[in-house]
Amino acid sequence: MKLTAKHEEYWQRNLKVTAILLGLWFLVTYVLAFFAKELAAITFLGFPLPFYMGAQGALVVYVVIIWYYARYMNKLDIEYGVQEGEE
Amino acid sequence: MATQTQSQFYTSLKKYYTFYTGGFITFVVVLGILEWMGTPNRALGYMFLIATIGLYAGIGIMSRTADVAEYYVAGRRVPALFNGMATGADWMSAASFIGMAGTLYATGYDGLAFIMGWTGGYCLVALFLAPYLRKFGQFTIPDFLGARFGGHIPRLIGVFAAVLCSFTYVVAQIMGVGIITARFTGLEFQVGVFVGLAGILVCSFLGGMRAVTWTQVAQYIILIIAYMIPPVWLAVKQTGVPVPQLVYGYQLQKVTALEHKINADPKENEVRAIFKKKADDAKAALADPAKAYAEGRAAAEKKVADMQAANAPAEDLKKASDEVAGYPADVAAATDKWKSDAKLAARAAPLKPHAAIFVGSGKDDAEKEADSNKQRRNFMALVFCLMVGTAALPHILMRYYTTPSVKQARVSVFWSLFFIFLLYFTAPALAVLVKFEVYNNLVGSSFANLPNWVNLWQQVDPALLSLADINADGIIQRAEIAIGGDIVVLATPEIAGLPYVISGLVAAGGLAAALSTADGLLLTIANALSHDVYYKIIDPNAPTSRRLGVAKTLLIVVALIAAYVAGQKPADILFLVSAAFSFAAASFFPSLVLGIFWKRANRTGAVLGMLVGLGVTFYYMATTQPWMRGMFGVTSPIADNMWWGINPISAGVFGIPAGFIVVIIASLLTRAPGAEVQELVDHVRYPNLEGDIDTRAV
Repeated sequence: MKLTAKHEEYWQRNLKVTAILLGLWFLVTYVLAFFAKELAAITFLGFPLPFYMGAQGALVVYVVIIWYYARYMNKLDIEYGVQEGEE
Repeated sequence: MATQTQSQFYTSLKKYYTFYTGGFITFVVVLGILEWMGTPNRALGYMFLIATIGLYAGIGIMSRTADVAEYYVAGRRVPALFNGMATGADWMSAASFIGMAGTLYATGYDGLAFIMGWTGGYCLVALFLAPYLRKFGQFTIPDFLGARFGGHIPRLIGVFAAVLCSFTYVVAQIMGVGIITARFTGLEFQVGVFVGLAGILVCSFLGGMRAVTWTQVAQYIILIIAYMIPPVWLAVKQTGVPVPQLVYGYQLQKVTALEHKINADPKENEVRAIFKKKADDAKAALADPAKAYAEGRAAAEKKVADMQAANAPAEDLKKASDEVAGYPADVAAATDKWKSDAKLAARAAPLKPHAAIFVGSGKDDAEKEADSNKQRRNFMALVFCLMVGTAALPHILMRYYTTPSVKQARVSVFWSLFFIFLLYFTAPALAVLVKFEVYNNLVGSSFANLPNWVNLWQQVDPALLSLADINADGIIQRAEIAIGGDIVVLATPEIAGLPYVISGLVAAGGLAAALSTADGLLLTIANALSHDVYYKIIDPNAPTSRRLGVAKTLLIVVALIAAYVAGQKPADILFLVSAAFSFAAASFFPSLVLGIFWKRANRTGAVLGMLVGLGVTFYYMATTQPWMRGMFGVTSPIADNMWWGINPISAGVFGIPAGFIVVIIASLLTRAPGAEVQELVDHVRYPNLEGDIDTRAV
């Protein structure tokens, strides 16, 4: 089994999308928690913003991150011809 | 079913579970009619218990199997949607179902660390582990460590860590089963434990992962219906809108206003002052118990004598002599009483506002600032440990071996988090709605006229709810209410004015949550021992029948040990469960992720990394957590052993980076792994390669 340049590119694109989504995950979790006190004055749907993010907002972002990753990678598989056969 | 294609299988599954959901709702409605016709509550409780456990047993029997791949990974044909539901049930334990909303009620914003940690971890599962483990396609997590790093040692460390994390967790689940069964049927706790155990065993014993999967899907449906109904009802009652998650922000604003009012109320201060005095007196007495005991006794006796001499009214005299009669019999009894009185200090504190974020306490601004920063550090550290721990718990990762393909594994993580999200974004809403109910309706009403649900739950269990008129004014002050976390979920049906059948449904939901998690955990432990230790190390030539025989025997043995331990009601189980996250995170996560993403990682690195990760986490807990300190005889002051003020529950925040660093350094210092390892890594990275190797286990 020898990997081609195309295979290498597939893996690089996977790493790139993983890094971007991980960055988003880090932002909504840790950056927002770090500045929670400063953001507390902002109100959203009746909540202080950091409370909303911790109770709902971040969770929605997590669900979307995973949904997007699955969609992106399942398409990428086909684009690079590494998709699986019929299940 | 063997002749069906995957899509036919998926279609018929959807049909079965739709019928099943309809059937279950009909069952609840029928019980509701029976209740209306006058069936007693206890009988309804039994009907729920028998019907649901019977149902799980039925699925277990229908899914019995003698095939190894069916037993270990459900034949690798669980569609993404159903694997998502099964993972949801596998994941959400008795603690999530019953305890989570209570934790949020008690801690407000700080408790959201659990909500974020236990959902955000799935991002790590999706991005770093699930698709790759699915491509690898064997049976257990130690399997991957064994294949990727070679030799028995990485596998054995994996087995040790898997058993360590899963066992404490399963004990907590079985305790949860015992408590719920006892409360809703009136059986003894110990009997409840064994009823639950039977429910777990009939399901997993005959059919392994296959039976557990299809039962967990059924359990998810019950637990999510049960969790959603009371908050929706409560939201309608309070706001007129049936979507609690959307409207509770405005209830939170009202709660905040009520908190201000309560904290400013002089009557509340009066009650708090009484608690403070009691606690301070107790602390003073504890400094020299023998002396305080003698003095207290003499003072009480002198009071009676003085009153008799002064011809005090009979009523006062009786009160004083009762005090003498009720005085603790010896110093030890008095010490116990003082110790519990000293804890009243917590009830003497003013309310911590629900929405307040990292409010520091201290003498001056600098101290307050430092305390607030410490709270923030701990919040973030806890979120981190829970997230990485989620992505390293073997019973969760194992579920992604069961999908038909890598593609489905990716989609399945999405469904998993979606189904978990439904419960986790409702829990904070429930906490706020119940708090509004307590602060708005209960506080300020009179002791003579308590709401029904309060009377009911005070009788059921005073640890969950007890009210006492501390300052004898006949009015309920907030500080006079002692509330246990679990009541938030358990009592919501009554608070919302729903019939008893919904209380039974909530109990059935809690039972489903506990049983489904226990199923997954027991299977993880038994499989690590039967597959990784027995088959892979002791007897690789064992025939299929013997492999399954060993697996099933171990399952029963482990279940019995876990039930025995649960029957002892170990007190520090909750700490151990939280600790399991740090242990799993520090031992598995670095080696699994680097094993996939870094070809240069080798056996020496993985072995040392796992050991150091576990070791650092363990060391930090052993020196800073009171119970662990007691066990290992650590006597140096806790404050000296703390690093940056991080609480022991988040010890993984040191163990995880230590694990990563050691894997990297030790790998670089030793020889690179051989060509077959490179090939294995490429194999797991690409869903399909031409001329690929096949690592699937049979």
